[in-house]
Amino acid sequence: MDMIQTFGDFIEPTPSQEYLIIGFSPSSIPLKQRWRNNGLSADFLADYLTTFFPGNEDDPSTIDRQAEIKSAVSYIANELLENAMKFNDETSEYPIDIKLQLKSDGLIFSVANSISPLAVDQFQGYIRQLLASEPSELYIEQLEKNAADESSTGSGLGLLTMLSDYTAKMGWKFQTVQQDPEVITVTTMVQLRV
Amino acid sequence: MEIKTEDYGICYDPATATVSFVGSLRLSGPEEYAPIVQLLGEVADVEPAKITLNLRQLEFLNSSGINMLSKFIIEMRKKAGIKMTVQGSQSIAWQGKSLKNFQRLMPALQLEFL
Repeated sequence: MDMIQTFGDFIEPTPSQEYLIIGFSPSSIPLKQRWRNNGLSADFLADYLTTFFPGNEDDPSTIDRQAEIKSAVSYIANELLENAMKFNDETSEYPIDIKLQLKSDGLIFSVANSISPLAVDQFQGYIRQLLASEPSELYIEQLEKNAADESSTGSGLGLLTMLSDYTAKMGWKFQTVQQDPEVITVTTMVQLRV
Repeated sequence: MEIKTEDYGICYDPATATVSFVGSLRLSGPEEYAPIVQLLGEVADVEPAKITLNLRQLEFLNSSGINMLSKFIIEMRKKAGIKMTVQGSQSIAWQGKSLKNFQRLMPALQLEFL
């Protein structure tokens, strides 16, 4: 039985002409050694995409636009991968993947990973808070809170920066893909207009 | 004071009280950022009249890094005697999007884009 729950702007993927998927098998090597791959993969996705937003030396605005898209893809993809690696359920064999789709009016990132069934409630609570808030206000609140809390280990800023600084649309899908032992996956979707 | 790795470099120039960041900073969390926090702390301990963070060659900073710098700026806000300047680059897109938040944390902070 597949139990599915969605939040925010989650759309079921439609066929797209251009897309890239990179997959990771999380248990293959320890997280610490894998960390560098987040940035490498994000930069690769960003570099790859610039082909579709050609820069023309005679028109500086095209060069700026290309640089802006490249930087945004690199930031967003890296944050999504960092989150997926951090919150992935290490006890499951479920792979992590990131997909970048090129649409006529924008880009869609989707990152899928497993999540510990015990962590689902807390994450969904955070998502509800994100969706109900004004992102730029919550962003500042979160920074002040982090600064006051010496023991905080996660900044809780990655998704907030995407909403606040990149004005992205976000959505999530939680799915129970296996029972006994229970495996729950979460797909985080980020839509960016370009 | 200097930190140098394959991906990034951070150095402090005492003459101008400027901390310059170069490269790509995408460390995994507070533990990994601790040496940088310590370097910034040592700069602040000297209590210079003005501290400048030069980010003009910082191509990339992840949200954990944004958190680290924000924390430092909030600490400096509490020290009435220290003026803060952050230097950014117009040609590095993330800076145009995210550096303004430092000013929201500390309205007296001076933001200089080149």
